[in-house]
Amino acid sequence: MSDIGLGHFLIVSTMLFFIGVYGFMTRRNMITMLMSVELILNACNINFIAFNKFLFPNQLDGVFFTLFVIAIAAAEAAVAIAIIINLYRNRKSIDAEDADMMRL
Amino acid sequence: MSASTIIFYILAAITLGGAILAVTSPKIFRSAIYLLFSLIGIAGLYFWMNFEFIAAVQVVVYVGGIVVLIIFSIFLTQGSGSDMKDPVKIRSLFAGLAALCGYCLTYYVIQRTEFHPQLEQGSAEISVSRIGEQMLSTTEHGYLLPFEVVSMLLLSAMIGCIVIAIKTRSIK
Repeated sequence: MSDIGLGHFLIVSTMLFFIGVYGFMTRRNMITMLMSVELILNACNINFIAFNKFLFPNQLDGVFFTLFVIAIAAAEAAVAIAIIINLYRNRKSIDAEDADMMRL
Repeated sequence: MSASTIIFYILAAITLGGAILAVTSPKIFRSAIYLLFSLIGIAGLYFWMNFEFIAAVQVVVYVGGIVVLIIFSIFLTQGSGSDMKDPVKIRSLFAGLAALCGYCLTYYVIQRTEFHPQLEQGSAEISVSRIGEQMLSTTEHGYLLPFEVVSMLLLSAMIGCIVIAIKTRSIK
């Protein structure tokens, strides 16, 4: 535990978050957009764990929040992939711009 | 530069390099594999911080579950070797600018903020038994209610996935 502190982890997670944001805005394929969302959620998890480690070392709240975020991310990925597969059956495409079936 | 510092920088480089390649690679299957490397790097960062249980959960759920699910859905929906369409040039330019501006703003805020660690004397070790006891306790700092809510969420997500993705057979 030398000179690496909380700031290093926060900068890594900030970079990861904005890489995810960049991917979410540029990609048009739904699966790759889902992968960008996973990157964003992981950046959030790194923040929780780093705050727990460096600011509140004798508590466990960051661990629990990380566990719940991982569980919710898994549920979200499963539902998103079910929707993507159903969309592919109807449209033969998973491009985000082809998904206009809910338009009136 | 001690060894742990070097290891931290290596893990951060794996994480960020994998993430950048995952959002820019033109082939979708390679993109999923780069995402796998990025998630393993994040698990390594958890190991570096001595949170072994979280690192194990990260490997089991993300690497073993979500990435495999993503790869299967790639196989089900499109050819894994074909290139995707290029992003719109002007859109990727502005997305990069927005991400860069957001990063600079957040970096500025992080550099300005003073963090005050709460150094109380207590048991600093994170043991799995302590995590389990606190997660299932109903006392003041227990997490039993969120635990039950998450279990209901997982059940409903499972039923919802089955209902959405099931193949409806038309009645003749």
